[in-house]
Amino acid sequence: MISRPNKNLLTGLAFTSLWIVGLSVFTLYPVFASLYYSFCDYSILKSAVWCGLENYQELFHDDLFWKSLRNTLLYAALSVPLGTVVALALALLLNCEVRGRAFFRVFFYLPSIVPVVASSMLWLWIFNGQYGLLNGVLGPILGVFHLSPPSWFTDPAWAKPALIIMSLWGTGNAMVIYLAGLQDVPKELYEAAEIDGATGWRRFWHVTLPTIAPVVYFNVLMGMISALQIFTQAFIISNTANGGTGTFDGAPVRSLLFYTMYLFTTAFHDLRMGYASAMAYVLFVIIAFLSWLATRLSRNHTTR
Amino acid sequence: MTTDAAKLTRRAVIYALLIAASFLFVVPFLWLLITSLKPIEQSTTMPPKWIPEAYFTEIDGQKVEVTKDFRVGQAGVVAEELQGEHAGQRNFFSAQQMSTVGPNIRVIYPVEAGWWRVTEKRPEHTPGNPRWAYVPPAAITSRIAFRWRNYYDALSRLDGSADDPSGIAAKHRVSFWRFLSNSLIICVLGVIGTVLSNAIVAYGFARVRWRGRDLFFALTLATMMVPFPVLMVPLYSVFKNLGWIGTLLPLWVPSWFGSAFNIFLMRQFFLGIPEELSEAARIDGCSEWRIFWRIILPLSKPVLATAALFHFLYAWNDFMGPLLYLTRKETFPLSLALQNFQAQNGGVQWHHLMAASAVTIFPVIVLFFLAQKTFIRGIATTGSKS
Repeated sequence: MISRPNKNLLTGLAFTSLWIVGLSVFTLYPVFASLYYSFCDYSILKSAVWCGLENYQELFHDDLFWKSLRNTLLYAALSVPLGTVVALALALLLNCEVRGRAFFRVFFYLPSIVPVVASSMLWLWIFNGQYGLLNGVLGPILGVFHLSPPSWFTDPAWAKPALIIMSLWGTGNAMVIYLAGLQDVPKELYEAAEIDGATGWRRFWHVTLPTIAPVVYFNVLMGMISALQIFTQAFIISNTANGGTGTFDGAPVRSLLFYTMYLFTTAFHDLRMGYASAMAYVLFVIIAFLSWLATRLSRNHTTR
Repeated sequence: MTTDAAKLTRRAVIYALLIAASFLFVVPFLWLLITSLKPIEQSTTMPPKWIPEAYFTEIDGQKVEVTKDFRVGQAGVVAEELQGEHAGQRNFFSAQQMSTVGPNIRVIYPVEAGWWRVTEKRPEHTPGNPRWAYVPPAAITSRIAFRWRNYYDALSRLDGSADDPSGIAAKHRVSFWRFLSNSLIICVLGVIGTVLSNAIVAYGFARVRWRGRDLFFALTLATMMVPFPVLMVPLYSVFKNLGWIGTLLPLWVPSWFGSAFNIFLMRQFFLGIPEELSEAARIDGCSEWRIFWRIILPLSKPVLATAALFHFLYAWNDFMGPLLYLTRKETFPLSLALQNFQAQNGGVQWHHLMAASAVTIFPVIVLFFLAQKTFIRGIATTGSKS
């Protein structure tokens, strides 16, 4: 005879058994294995050899590591705030009682579900220096001032801005979340604000924004975590800038060498998997730190 | 009166901004479609050409479809050479050249400055040289023509191998249908696994009370923090030891073992179903599995649909997974095949590249319009659950 708590325990374990296996094999084991590898000299071909802090010390002196970290932080620092502003602005516009809201929402949302491979191809074409649509429009306008448009993805100074513009196109997902948040703001709050004479910007700043602050926090955090792991777009575009030679050094001139790209190359082209694991852990610590920071900031903001 | 005017202006500004923004969001899609329906020479013109056209003119008294090659800057003649190694060939001679070649040519017709040089358009692999001519602009008629053929051409070349009419490479060619079915295998098996496994696991977290449950759930949530690069190397070695590298297995099997986010999503939903339903069933002697299968699941269709939809989208769009685990072209899904196609073509066949991209995007758009409500509700709930 099994007692009721024990029976429940067995039932619970039975229902979660798939996840117990999944969590162990596909998450927990990899988390610890990669921590161990980060202290090892390891390629997939030979077994790991302990080398202490060597990988981390080498990282510290690795110019490419710093370059990729700087590139990634710069990209995140620009694309996340810009994306937030654009998404929030679009959501605010849609939240005004406009006709055809469903239509506009479709227009803004659709780009965000386009496969990244396809959107990379599309933007490579639009940003093409010679025949691209953007330069076809910009060329004559800049020509008036005797300027010529940049060649975007093949120009180290303009490759990152182009990538950021591309990321703004896919901001629709956040827009839908903001719109849902805005529609949850109680009508009474607006009415009260109107009685107090707060309209327009003041109303947005003092009523709307504080109410949707948790939604903004969530989106900024998610946006930041994914921006720090940017890979596919940069991988495809950089490979093209290299003439499709299959080298992934972040062309043009390493301006598109992002953290995850360098990590991927280190692990699967140079087969330095211990070193790559050390890089992965550094990224983990950076993401954990920034998440903690964002949580602290938002808590201070909402309890004030 | 003034407030009315202010209101009207405000509304006008809002609509103007919305329309301008929509325009910016939609134009890239339009450009993709337009490019995919043009012949290549019309996609590389400056200024950009918005409407694909076909041109017709008469060459040697026959009306044929032509491409416009260039406009001649100065007058001259089209003439046949009478002597030398090019005897019998037709060429264009400018007025200057005429004075040097002089009597060695027989003039066929004069050409004025501003005329177009045109070349006959013919099916690929037609033997011999295409016919050409110099014609006045007025002699060319045009009509809007979408080149749907681009889609056929792009898809039949998606494996990146160069055209090889001799058929030696044909044996090793991978058809578009293979890529498509690889994508569908990954997506469909992944979706079934995601829905079933996460529902079962979430039930264990939401509707059964057991020792250690909450601690385990907290651990589950904590793993959502781990970025993928941390898991990448050990996962690769796990799949390598299982002998799964180069197969589709690493791309769908893991979704049969639950994922932290979907467990969280479904648990939240299950918690909202009244406990009395389960209690009543328990009194009737129902097993937990029966309660889950007969009562909870049928009530949870919205959240199951959300999880299914987002997994499909994720699996269809995934690039890094296939890049990591797949080695042979025959196993590539569409996303990887598209990148491979572009890398092999050096990225110049823009009309084909855009056609192939459009085909990759199309299912996602159709899915969106079929399940728009589930999409919007799904995003809105996942965003506000924090």
